[in-house]
Amino acid sequence: MVKLTKRIGGLVLRLAAFGAALAALIVMVTSRERASFFAVSLEAKYTDMAAFKYFVIANAVVSVYSFLVLFLPKESLLWKFVVVLDLVMTMLLTSSLSAALAVAQVGKKGNANAGWLPICGQVPKFCDQITGALIAGFVALVLYVLLLLYSLHSVVDPFLLQKS
Amino acid sequence: MAREKIVVAGGTTKSWKLLLGLRIFAFMATLAAAIVMSLNKETKTLVVATIGTLPIKATLTAKFQHTPAFVFFVIANVMVSFHNLLMIVLQIFSRKLEYKGVRLLSIAILDMLNATLVSAAANAAVFVAELGKNGNKHAKWNKVCDRFATYCDHGAGALIAAFAGVILMLLVSSVSISRLLINSKHLSTTATTTAVV
Repeated sequence: MVKLTKRIGGLVLRLAAFGAALAALIVMVTSRERASFFAVSLEAKYTDMAAFKYFVIANAVVSVYSFLVLFLPKESLLWKFVVVLDLVMTMLLTSSLSAALAVAQVGKKGNANAGWLPICGQVPKFCDQITGALIAGFVALVLYVLLLLYSLHSVVDPFLLQKS
Repeated sequence: MAREKIVVAGGTTKSWKLLLGLRIFAFMATLAAAIVMSLNKETKTLVVATIGTLPIKATLTAKFQHTPAFVFFVIANVMVSFHNLLMIVLQIFSRKLEYKGVRLLSIAILDMLNATLVSAAANAAVFVAELGKNGNKHAKWNKVCDRFATYCDHGAGALIAAFAGVILMLLVSSVSISRLLINSKHLSTTATTTAVV
């Protein structure tokens, strides 16, 4: 009974992480805004910044991976490999989120020393959608850290409950 | 069948030596990245305008503190190298202690957390550095690296060291997880043998 609830908990966690990564991906991809000022038309897309492209790719990889692991049978020996892959996916998620946050922070506040002006004043809806995508990415990251601990707990016997 | 026993006090097993070697390299890599980036500074006097024949010079400095991503980079690398140093000291001086309870698990979890931390820091810094090197036409941000070449070179060196640290930390946490696996497998086999006996 305990094993069944543990397994269901793990599945729910992974489904939630899949959902969050997919949401971050979709919100970032559909963010687009056109603003015009002084007869110059400026369109802000997510492909303008390399960090946002990396964010989309990383979240796509994580979503596909979570979806595939959802269907892994319980008795398969691949669960030990899933622990290391979960660590790799967590690292991928943190790196993409951190890169997107760093670039978005430069876009929002600018960099006075380098002479870079903030762009959020001209394209506010784009900035809001990017913020939403980053929040979803952060939720996916937290869920993935929990998933990592969960898979570690289910594969090894970390508290050494079976005494010798 | 000879299996590595990690719970037994004393002795150096193969995974112990591998882990110690990897940790030493990771410590050196992250420390080098932190030091090179924190000493990254360049001052240049540039001519910004000319009034008649008199050039107006301005002194501009490029420091790592100007960019929050680089500040995070330095802090995170210092934290990870400190973690590695602590783990090296723990590994060398605790050969007499047994790994009971949550000791092995907490080492594995701390390694995993620090691996994600250093990967986040290195990636944030590399994307912001790419912005500085190539500029961004869409946002009308011009490049920094054509005027401050030494600053960019030193930053690139620090980034390379940090990425080496990322790979090494990934290996370190994999070895820690596998030590957990070996430990639990060893204990379960002894449990079954004692049950049989």
